[in-house]
Amino acid sequence: METPGAKSRERKRLGFVVNPVAGLGGRVGLKGSDGASTQREALARGAIPFAEERARRALERLAGLKGTIDLLTFAGEMGETVARACGFAPHVLGSIRPGETTAEDTKAAAREMERLGVDLFLFAGGDGTARDVCDAVGERIVVLGIPAGVKMHSAAFAVSPVAAGNLACGCLAGRSRLRTAEVMDIDEEGLRRGTVSARLYGYVRVPEDARLLQSLKAPTPVGEAATLAAIAAEVVERMEEGTLYFIGPGTTTRAILARLGLPKTLLGIDAVSQDELVAADADEGQLLELLRDRAAKVIVSPIGGQGHLFGRGNQPISPAVLRAVGKENVLVVATSEKIQSLRGRPLLVDTGDSDLDRELSGYVPVVTGYREEAIYRVSSEGT
Amino acid sequence: MSEEEPTVHPYIPNSVPAVREAMLRAIGARSTDDLFDAIPERLRFRGRLEVPGPLRSECELRRHVREILGRNRTCQEYSSFLGAGCYQHAVPAVCDEVAQRSEFLTAYAGEPYDDHGRFQSLFEYASLMGELLDLDVVNVPTYDGYQAAATAIRMAARITGRREVLLSRATNPDKLSKIRDYAKPDLKIELVDFDPQTGELDLDRLRRRVSARTAAVYFENPSYLGVIEPSGEEITRIAHAVGALVVVSVDPISLGVLVPPNHYGADITCGDIQPLGLRMQFGGGQGGFIATRDEERFVREYPSRLFGIVPTSVDGEYGFGDVAYERTSFAEREEGKEFVGTAAALCGITAGVYLSLMGPQGMREIGEGILARAHYAMAKLAEIPGISAPLFRAAHFQEFVVRFPKGTSVRETNQRLLQRGIFGGKDLTREFPELGPSGLYCVSEVHTQAEIERLADLLREAVS
Amino acid sequence: MRNEPRLRRFHQAKWDEPIVFELGSPGERGVLVPEVEPELRAAVGDVLADLPPAMRRREPPRLPEVSQPQVVRHYLRLSQETLGLDLNVDVGQGTCTMKYSPKVNEELARLPEVTELHPLQDEGTVQGILEILFRFEEILKAISGMDRFSLQPGAGSAAIYANASIIRAYHAERGEGEKRDEIITTIFSHPSDAACPKTAGFRITTLYPGPRGYPELDALKRALSERTAGLMITNPEDTGIFNPEIDEFVRLVHEAGGLCSYDQANANGILGITRARETGFDLCHFNLHKTFSTPHGCGGPAVGAVGATDELAPFLPVPLVSFDGRRYSLDYDRPRSIGKVRSFYGVVPAVVKAYAWVVNLGPDGLRKVAETSVLNNNYLMTRVLEIPGFSAPYEPGTHRMEQVRYSLEELAKETGVHSEDVGLRAADFGVHYWTSHHPWVVPEPCTLEPTESFSKADLDEYAAVLRHVASEARTDPDLVRSAPHASTTHRVDPAPLDDPSRWAVTWRAYKRKYARPIR
Repeated sequence: METPGAKSRERKRLGFVVNPVAGLGGRVGLKGSDGASTQREALARGAIPFAEERARRALERLAGLKGTIDLLTFAGEMGETVARACGFAPHVLGSIRPGETTAEDTKAAAREMERLGVDLFLFAGGDGTARDVCDAVGERIVVLGIPAGVKMHSAAFAVSPVAAGNLACGCLAGRSRLRTAEVMDIDEEGLRRGTVSARLYGYVRVPEDARLLQSLKAPTPVGEAATLAAIAAEVVERMEEGTLYFIGPGTTTRAILARLGLPKTLLGIDAVSQDELVAADADEGQLLELLRDRAAKVIVSPIGGQGHLFGRGNQPISPAVLRAVGKENVLVVATSEKIQSLRGRPLLVDTGDSDLDRELSGYVPVVTGYREEAIYRVSSEGT
Repeated sequence: MSEEEPTVHPYIPNSVPAVREAMLRAIGARSTDDLFDAIPERLRFRGRLEVPGPLRSECELRRHVREILGRNRTCQEYSSFLGAGCYQHAVPAVCDEVAQRSEFLTAYAGEPYDDHGRFQSLFEYASLMGELLDLDVVNVPTYDGYQAAATAIRMAARITGRREVLLSRATNPDKLSKIRDYAKPDLKIELVDFDPQTGELDLDRLRRRVSARTAAVYFENPSYLGVIEPSGEEITRIAHAVGALVVVSVDPISLGVLVPPNHYGADITCGDIQPLGLRMQFGGGQGGFIATRDEERFVREYPSRLFGIVPTSVDGEYGFGDVAYERTSFAEREEGKEFVGTAAALCGITAGVYLSLMGPQGMREIGEGILARAHYAMAKLAEIPGISAPLFRAAHFQEFVVRFPKGTSVRETNQRLLQRGIFGGKDLTREFPELGPSGLYCVSEVHTQAEIERLADLLREAVS
Repeated sequence: MRNEPRLRRFHQAKWDEPIVFELGSPGERGVLVPEVEPELRAAVGDVLADLPPAMRRREPPRLPEVSQPQVVRHYLRLSQETLGLDLNVDVGQGTCTMKYSPKVNEELARLPEVTELHPLQDEGTVQGILEILFRFEEILKAISGMDRFSLQPGAGSAAIYANASIIRAYHAERGEGEKRDEIITTIFSHPSDAACPKTAGFRITTLYPGPRGYPELDALKRALSERTAGLMITNPEDTGIFNPEIDEFVRLVHEAGGLCSYDQANANGILGITRARETGFDLCHFNLHKTFSTPHGCGGPAVGAVGATDELAPFLPVPLVSFDGRRYSLDYDRPRSIGKVRSFYGVVPAVVKAYAWVVNLGPDGLRKVAETSVLNNNYLMTRVLEIPGFSAPYEPGTHRMEQVRYSLEELAKETGVHSEDVGLRAADFGVHYWTSHHPWVVPEPCTLEPTESFSKADLDEYAAVLRHVASEARTDPDLVRSAPHASTTHRVDPAPLDDPSRWAVTWRAYKRKYARPIR
């Protein structure tokens, strides 16, 4: 096979991988499927891996591209089976031990896809799979998830297998734009116990449906970059001298720091003032220390597919920090697209302190643009 | 209430009781009142609307409306020399024919497939205007020339990022009122005076007033007072020297004989298309155009729709769609791109038909003919002792200021003309008191030599 | 047993018509201009030579040169390629209130007593038209309960802007212009309820709906503050859901010191049923080209009538029409007015048509319009919800007002066919279909509004088309996704529309940019 970097290449290259154990647990009442013990338990309960079924439904949508693209995949249940079932003649890159796929296999597959310069890496799996892909390739190649999990917290997935297939078609035909999607770290154990905490794990680049931006009745729709800049302008305009701002992670908050000319920690909290970065990637202790001398406000944006604002467990913006800052000094920022993707579900808080959660719940203003706000509901009852 | 007396109406097919019953059954409701259950009783209007009618037959309706309208006197019966933003021109029968086509009349917002004809005819309108204006980008029409000017000015402010606008004082005061209201958020409007002899923009004053804060210099050509501004190039030089844009409002019917503003460097051209095949309709036939060069920085500022021609999935097919330039940047203190909505599309289609019929020769002939008749009128009126016509020592197109002898009541003069079947020129006493007793007279290709001479005779009588 | 309506074997007119610039040949004339009398010409000489040289156009504009029959033929072909309401069961253009524009009203508005009037004629010569304007204002006052109306704004968005300008002027007069800079609206109100006040300089707060489909009072309360200038809201909203707490909304906004403006574009289901006045609104507006039957004209000209209470009437655009018992006149003596929002007095022919429409129907007729539009809508909803894959979000099982925003999310998830695809395939059966304003809060939306102009058979036909396309989405999704197949053209390639090097808003730009022509 020729080496990567052939952007001028006419024949597109699709990377396709199935994580056969994704979603294994869900059908039999287990949440998530990380860990060999959970997998064995699920199979023991009679769970049938359905990632394969969903991957097939997605890949079927690309059947029309059969002769015109190169499909790269791995042996057997990691993708070859499904590819052949859909009529493709795939390039098989390697093999795994059937029935024993691990996170390392997914990561190795993703790295190989990057090495071979795929135009799109389509994977079927759950949040765990998304984390593995994120670890392996970050934002360096375009990826898209076929949802095969119980509930997708990462924003790297299409809404359905068929939608994933259609999006992939559009992407390979050059009809998509790209956006940055948040990959979430879900506390799977906590999830099994009924809590809903999530933490930002990283970012990937995914295609988004260009059709949503072509609005035939409204000229000059606002692209993502312009919206983020508008939100940033509004937030910066509101900043007061002498006040500190604890800024949470996410693509939206990243734009705020960009406007201030400051670097943003990828996954962590940064404490800034109007002109300087006071503490990068601060932990709870540092934030509390800063709060001893100065007033501060918190700026957060919902992350992931479920709109998480605050989570529990080792998060820098802890209940103590929130109480010290004061609920009225918490500013939420989000794009309209993000809000709409919630389909009416509330933004989620789960700090671990249920009283605090209750205080933070209710209707809050969300900055959505320059001189534009939305009033949206925050709740601690996520699922 | 109306269930008690079932009345079938020709415009309401399902007013037939049996059909209503069937539909209610399908819904599972007992009466139409059930269907309003979302509205709480305290908000229910239980009275009877105090509106007139019903006049149920077309015969009665016609009689009633015609009786009221019969109290009007039209410009077919009277000889009108009124202009000031609404103009009497010959409307080709084909323009009326197309404007009345039921498909165009009753279409609205379909896709470029089901409404392909609408898209193509508006694209053609924009293209025809583009040739008239010698520019590559023309919008789907906005409400009228006032809106076009107001939006053009705000576009200039957005593009330059500046807040001050200099407007020629020889602008229609009504248009100025609209611009002031529309510019209000944070644009500062300043008027630049005209030379009292020539009526042309006072370039010295302009030079003194432009600054690095000027977003735009706006003037009209011809001006509200009828004067053709000869110094377009110089005005542009002055404005561009400080980085300001030039916005010019023109009468499109003049562009067969007058150069379009971008020939002397204007950045945004705007105006009203009413003169192009649209009847006066008591001021209801207006439509606004905005045109610019085909540069991203201009195109992305249009609030109006822009229709673009594109290929389709079938070879050789013309397709259309909205040029939706996605905003990828964000300017400081951005207030957004105004708004877009239903405006004056059918007026645009009609204007397109007009330009298609007229062609280059027609536009040249009509411009030349208007110039000739206006010149003649000015010459005839100038013969009257005590009258200055035109008041300004400048070139004019179709309108000119007539100053009457000191002490004349323009109102009374117009009343006398009225009694003799003439609508005299607009009384400028209130708007431009410094001009003395004056009227704004407008002559077009519909005026005959005899009509103009009659006007002169009657004015001579009136002022003596 | 119900008979399914037969689907049409429709094909739209397809003329493969060139652009007008491709027609004619040099020298052809479409219409001739009245000639100047020889004596006059002799008297004035060469008028072009008198022009300032820099202003004289030397090169004639490069307009096409086409003879009259060819011009007529060309534009009539284009009109055939346009699916006007007169030709189709036009329930698919939700929020547009597509209804029959009676031909007799068109005839009246075309009378020379309307078209050949100059707006600046002596008032004594236009008493008839002023009377129509005055009478229509009285009608709108009765329908809404408001005290005064201006008919000047040139359609709905212009009216909303005017109302925003009035709110701005009101607070400015009280010295609170700087402080009160926030307008509250809802996500399901018309986008202009946000865009227009934003243009007027306001900050915009948008309320998202609660589970019932309309915003909850708590959301409003969170938005209110001493910075509240007002509320601009549509009710029922574009979902067809009526907010039953609207009067409480108004009361709370008043309590906070703000004004309330009622966007009554969606008034077709509430004529004679509920009024702006009793709900407590200070301002309102109506679209004459929606509720009041004036034709849409491909997108105007139109009228957005603005109504105000006595307290706010002084701010209305100038002039208003007065009547002293004997004579109608234009009242310019309004020092607190926001000024002009449009040339002259508005799109007067539309007012003539709307006036005729109302007096033809009378009070009971208007009531019947509202009842029938709501009846039609709920009947169509019953039929549409029988189609697998369609849902009507929010409070299923309840009635709607005059329109419904459906969701095809289930269908899309199952088949990959999107709502817009369904709409384009529906065009193959001779109907329109509209999704929703952006942003799409309801996923895969479809907004249908069957006004009182449509018969039960019409509604059955429309539902049958949707049912058929939905089943095609399951059995032959690619057919739907590549539609339309029976329209004037096929799917456009949208890429050039976003690309500065390829977009072409005029023919001349197209000639310049397309090295290889489309045909």
